Amino acid sequence: MTFIKGKVWKFGDNVNTDVMAPGFAFNAPWEELKRVILHIHPKFTQEAKPGDVIVAGKNWGCGSSREQAPANLKRLGIGCVVAESFGRIYFRNSVALAFPSIVCLGISEAFDEGDELELELESARVRNITKGDELKGEPLSKDMLAIIAKGGIIPALKERLKIKK
Amino acid sequence: MGMTMAEKVLARASGRREVKPGEYVTAKVDQVMSQEAFAEVYRVLKEEGVERVWDPNKIAILLDHYVPAPTIAHAEVHKLIREGVKKLGIESWHDMRAGICHQIMGEKGHIIPGELILGTDSHSTTYGAFGAAGSGIGVSEMAYVLATGELWMRVPSTIKFVIKGDLPERVTSKDIILFIAGKYTTEVAQYKAVEFKGPTVERMSIASRMTMANMGVEIGAKFAFFEADQKTLDYLLQYVREEAKKRVGIFKADPDARYEQVYEIDVSRLEPQVAFPHDVGNVRPISAVGDMKVNQAFLGSCTNGRFEDLEIAAAILKGKKVHPETRLLVFPASWEIYLEALREEILETLIEAGAVVCNPGCGPCFGGHMGLLAAGERCIASSNRNFKGRMGSTEAEVYLGSPATVAASAIAGRIVDPRQSKR
Repeated sequence: MTFIKGKVWKFGDNVNTDVMAPGFAFNAPWEELKRVILHIHPKFTQEAKPGDVIVAGKNWGCGSSREQAPANLKRLGIGCVVAESFGRIYFRNSVALAFPSIVCLGISEAFDEGDELELELESARVRNITKGDELKGEPLSKDMLAIIAKGGIIPALKERLKIKK
Repeated sequence: MGMTMAEKVLARASGRREVKPGEYVTAKVDQVMSQEAFAEVYRVLKEEGVERVWDPNKIAILLDHYVPAPTIAHAEVHKLIREGVKKLGIESWHDMRAGICHQIMGEKGHIIPGELILGTDSHSTTYGAFGAAGSGIGVSEMAYVLATGELWMRVPSTIKFVIKGDLPERVTSKDIILFIAGKYTTEVAQYKAVEFKGPTVERMSIASRMTMANMGVEIGAKFAFFEADQKTLDYLLQYVREEAKKRVGIFKADPDARYEQVYEIDVSRLEPQVAFPHDVGNVRPISAVGDMKVNQAFLGSCTNGRFEDLEIAAAILKGKKVHPETRLLVFPASWEIYLEALREEILETLIEAGAVVCNPGCGPCFGGHMGLLAAGERCIASSNRNFKGRMGSTEAEVYLGSPATVAASAIAGRIVDPRQSKR
């Protein structure tokens, strides 16, 4: 069992990949870039800490195929994103990077910003420790969990190539 | 049981007789596309010691996002890509001499109806205009595909849009797809495949179909199909290599295929549509736009930089002048289109009207270079996204409309109805 626990930052619907990895900052050094990741939520950009988690509405990560979107969040140390739904390419990229994305209906209602969240990754059970509620998200498929357990699709590729050799 | 287009493609690609929505398969990929993102793909392959790709003949690489290189960092990226292409023996390499990836995939003969085509760009759904299953992936997954030729896929359910009615003059397929995003939301096709059908779609040009398939991803779609009909074959057979021609054929869903939802739309009274900031689904008909001054008008992109787009803009701009406080930027989607527009004197008309005509490429669409917006500025764009900060400053605003709306608005200096600027 993998447990991910952290303080919640809340976002609404249709938060796109451009605001997680802005085109204008593609080549910016990390110290500069990290201040504009999710710039639509100024408090997040200033105060988010490694180990925090994100709760979002519908269509989190809609838009571009840029892998920097989940990669930037992972690099900030965000533990997971639990949302009503995800943009599908973002979702694939997050699996490929072993950065947990969990679909959970009703999640927006169940959490206020600052609440403590605990996710049990394999079962997709989400607990609001602050309020004492529990929700059931959609578990990832076996293959996705296997990729995540290996650390992402590149470590999975490495393993596959080694077996072939 | 009959299958939808998506089910047919994924059944064949995974070597099964049939597949059902919700199933996971390992699909063999028929063709891939990559642009500047290939630098990162190549870096990963190098790091993992992958010296040979699964099939160098199934890979097309080009540069379009930053051409010519605007900074030294971009020049280094391009240099690394050129090295990678040589080392991996990739033949279909077009450097910066072709145009925008999604236009080039057709023009260079890489699209075959019914095949699975993955690209490192979300607008790879464009290949659906030809009955191909095109979809975007990230760079790590692309590295995996280049090394192995396969990728996991979830079989999507399919929704169908049946479109009927004659489009009014100067109302285009862009207005239809914006209308769909506005009315049915940008999530209507989340995790799903789309099929566009109906008499309006049958009459539509290939270019107009490409506009809608391109923006399929903006309504969440994994694939955005049109049937491959005779028009599709006539187009593709001009470009497809001799040995691949036998794979080009009519491709459509089975008559008894199952759809999760069917939507019917009559476009005979559709108005031009405009997506307001900062969401593609924030759409209003032109009559409800109000007084919106624009500093920039952008005609181009993989959505609307094709010949018919430049042609309708030129018809509107002929003998007129771009508003003195508005800048009109034009980016033909490919060299082929660029040349045709040159020969047909369309570029001359646009330049005489005051347009700045730039080289084929993505231009300012994604905020890279060539026409970014300052704080407080507003742009009417024929491209596909109006996210906050997309085209420069996070304090700027991008409005999306058809090429006709962009052209008419460039003259007026504010967003206006292209039907009212008729001679």
